[in-house]
Amino acid sequence: MSNKNRAFLSFSIMGMMLIIVGFGQSWNVALAIFNMCLISAVMSMGLNIQWGYAGLFNAGVMASSAIGGLTAVLVSYSPVMKAWSEGGTSLSAVFVSLLITIVMGLLVWKKIKKGPIRTWSMTAVVLTGYVFMRIYYDEATVAIEAVEPAKTGFLGGLGLPIIFSWIAGGFAAAGLAWLVGRISLGLRSDYFAIATLGISEIMISILKNEDWLSRGVKNVTGLDRPVPYEVDLQKQEWFINLVNWFYNTAEDGSSISSDMLREAVMLSAGVYVKICYSGLFLAVLLIVLFFATRALNSPWGRMMRAIRDNETAASAMGKNVTSRHRQVFIIGSAVIGIAGAMLTTLDGQFTPGSYIPLRFTFLIWVMVIIGGSGNNLGAIIGAFITWFVWIEAEPVALWLVGYVNLLLDETNPLRSHLQEVAPHMRMVLMGLILVLVLRFRPKGILPEKVPDHY
Amino acid sequence: MENSIDLLNALVLISNYVLIPSLSYGSQLALGAVGVTLVFGILRFANFAHGELMGLGCTATIFFTWWFQSMGISHSFFPTALFAMPFAMLITILLVLAIDRSVFRFYRLNKSRPVTFVVASVGVMFMLNGLVRMLIGTNEIIFRDGQKFLIKAGLFKKMTGLNEGLALKQTQVLTVVLAVVAVLLLFWFLQRTRTGKAMRAYSDNEDLALLSGISTERIVMVTWIIAASLATLAGVLYGLDKSFKPIVYFHLLLPIFASAIVGGIGQPVGAILGGYIVAFSEIIATYAFKKFITYIVPANFAPEGLGQLLSTEYKFAVSFLILVLVLLVRPTGIFRGRVL
Amino acid sequence: MNYLIGENLTGGYGGADIIRNCNVSVGKGEIAVVVGPNGAGKSTAMKALLGMLSLRKGRVFLDGNDITGMSPQERVSHGMAFVPQNQNVFVTLTVEENLEMGAYLRRDDITETMNQVFELFPVLKEKRRQLAGELSGGQRQQVAVGRALMTRPSVLMLDEPTAGVSPIVMDELFERIIEVKRTGIAILMVEQNARQALNIADQGFVLVTGENRFTDTGEALLANEEVRKSFLGG
Repeated sequence: MSNKNRAFLSFSIMGMMLIIVGFGQSWNVALAIFNMCLISAVMSMGLNIQWGYAGLFNAGVMASSAIGGLTAVLVSYSPVMKAWSEGGTSLSAVFVSLLITIVMGLLVWKKIKKGPIRTWSMTAVVLTGYVFMRIYYDEATVAIEAVEPAKTGFLGGLGLPIIFSWIAGGFAAAGLAWLVGRISLGLRSDYFAIATLGISEIMISILKNEDWLSRGVKNVTGLDRPVPYEVDLQKQEWFINLVNWFYNTAEDGSSISSDMLREAVMLSAGVYVKICYSGLFLAVLLIVLFFATRALNSPWGRMMRAIRDNETAASAMGKNVTSRHRQVFIIGSAVIGIAGAMLTTLDGQFTPGSYIPLRFTFLIWVMVIIGGSGNNLGAIIGAFITWFVWIEAEPVALWLVGYVNLLLDETNPLRSHLQEVAPHMRMVLMGLILVLVLRFRPKGILPEKVPDHY
Repeated sequence: MENSIDLLNALVLISNYVLIPSLSYGSQLALGAVGVTLVFGILRFANFAHGELMGLGCTATIFFTWWFQSMGISHSFFPTALFAMPFAMLITILLVLAIDRSVFRFYRLNKSRPVTFVVASVGVMFMLNGLVRMLIGTNEIIFRDGQKFLIKAGLFKKMTGLNEGLALKQTQVLTVVLAVVAVLLLFWFLQRTRTGKAMRAYSDNEDLALLSGISTERIVMVTWIIAASLATLAGVLYGLDKSFKPIVYFHLLLPIFASAIVGGIGQPVGAILGGYIVAFSEIIATYAFKKFITYIVPANFAPEGLGQLLSTEYKFAVSFLILVLVLLVRPTGIFRGRVL
Repeated sequence: MNYLIGENLTGGYGGADIIRNCNVSVGKGEIAVVVGPNGAGKSTAMKALLGMLSLRKGRVFLDGNDITGMSPQERVSHGMAFVPQNQNVFVTLTVEENLEMGAYLRRDDITETMNQVFELFPVLKEKRRQLAGELSGGQRQQVAVGRALMTRPSVLMLDEPTAGVSPIVMDELFERIIEVKRTGIAILMVEQNARQALNIADQGFVLVTGENRFTDTGEALLANEEVRKSFLGG
């Protein structure tokens, strides 16, 4: 079966599954899943750029998502003026100290010849700089966090529309990737994986701990939206009329009661909002897909794949492997950052505690491997399937357990135990799928096609 | 003005909050790191599932412990888990061998890239994590019994008349003692037995080992057996000392990998040293030295802040910093292991 | 009567043939040397005898038996020992442990063999507890040969044993190799240092672009004008 057919088939099956959920559970649920699939698809494409194009095992995907989410907060939340005034001076002192330390450090490095004097001077500069920065930093953070800790206690953001944060998130993630790449690219694959894992853990620790930045584990809620609020919609006349018309035509003429109408309006508001999001996310997805496909088929893309397939030969031919890897790493991370910002927008809140590696790094890996590494459409379908299985596995498992429990008698302790552990079955299922696909279908559902196709 | 009493107090303080915990934590990391470094050196990949393996070993131990306790088998002094552990080790070993046979062996025979092994190990990690949660749930479990304290802080203060108390938990002593025993056994095995030497030879020079008739599968099997046993031991000791929580073992991966890399990949001695280096660094970097400094320096120099280098939240940053430092300055590690 | 015979060996590493109708042999208690310019296929011929190459044509005989179908491991257990050119010792193991590993396949008591090796290479006895990686180049080669001898082979095959060692060390190595020959083992050597190698050779094979060019005793080859001019620098 050619790739095109396979792609069409996969997407159709996926579509049908969502429709089944729509009828079986609810349309709100189906659309919620669809939106998450779209976001995951963007994340998956970002990772695919790193893995499929360049063979990089990035075990710190969650950092890019998290920083995208952070950007959503920093761009859209209105600035907390009091916090700025309280902590502003100390913060500037921190920056000034940092600048001085960097300048001094550079001077020492360049002017003094290599040797023990230089090492000791550098250590002295770094240590002194750290002490000063630490003093001002502690001052600043204490002041900022003291400003209405229950409600804010942080600096706030720029107060811009949240949709700008999607691009900003991409840039922020790219910046982080540049830094990470500086440190860890050039290492062999296992070391690179460990290094990226470590950095992502630290990133999340910072987000959870530095309350002055984003309230840490107190979370930032009530974020701005690019789409209408359900409660607002439900009050709007045009919307109520729309729902009325929809249900009337569906029910063949007879008008529905005001109670049913109210309920229908509530449900429909949810559906409407989700469809709005879908539109936005789909637009982003298509834009990313367009550029990714162009890049894949370009000379640049061909060169990346040549490097991936035979690094020694490529570097012998004079290609600077590390800088190419850096490019790919940055671009991939930027895409993931965009997705991270989209996710936080959808959630309406930023919860650093939710960024766990299993969900935000390794699950994305499953998506890429299942879908087909190196293939953009494959990454998308992989994301859809993986997310669908991930989210439906829990209710399905509970449903199965329900049936099994019918066979067991009332007093059997296994009953309650099975019910408790049902949610964790999806972990085992995910791992099993990953291992099976990696072994029996390592190319994924949509294998990489030699250029000129997806 | 400093006087000897203050110095003694300071010493006790630092022993209680830094020295003893570091030795204990370091032993646990060392045991984990040795397992990882052996797999790294012989199977030549970073096993991301090692943390979950520790968790699984601990889970099995807990089950056996509960079983023993329900049958009335327990000891008044030692924790029952100690006697349960050998049985748990057996289960873990069998499981690991089954995993190798069904997952990793294929890639070994096909000479796949190291990164393929790593991705597969991530899949195994998922499965083991899910399995642990399914078997034992996600709550914190304390399965220690027997005598908790060998020296109680209050008693210590009474006996010595000092301000600071020293508390010594039995699990801390057990950890260090068992770690030393395990390491000695391992080294006896590696240095004195035919199979052990063959393992070192294989790790040193695979082609020459094959030429000498050393069989890969046998070496691999022995490696997994040792790794599984050490992982169980490390997991149980960690769980006994602190408590058992399924999510904690994944987070131990980073310090364990750091320890192995610091010491030099494939060098068991390095892994042990690395474990202690990482443990001491983590604890020293996040310890609030305020009280300690107050004891040592004259009264008016006492610091205002906590005297903490890094907040406790950043424990992982320490492992990572050490890792980065090693990779930048001396990638082969202290004992010049292989650079992957 | 030749103990190890490679007859009409033809093959390569999957693509074109590197050696064509190559004939190499050695008898018990003899030293046979294969020389030739770079890329002549010397190491390839040796690998063919060891079974590490897929032969298109030709056969290999050991003590009259056709071993062409045997795997390298099988040939080792039938008495063939091989010392590779590079990375031929376990650098993190002691000299003694290296020898022990050499005898890995043996289940009987190896002390006697080890003593024989120590007699042949006294310096190894001296440094038995030192890590092989700490020894000099020449000493390491001795460890490598000693390791191969631990299986009590009937044929010892050496791939450029004097590559990268100083002339004095080379002389000493060749002396040791002669001692080994005296114990009745058949020795087949591929060498870059043609002149010195042919000096100690009972049989010499000159390979050029994968084919036999000259075959004669070592002495005769050394005296041969053509051989001298082409390979020995006049």
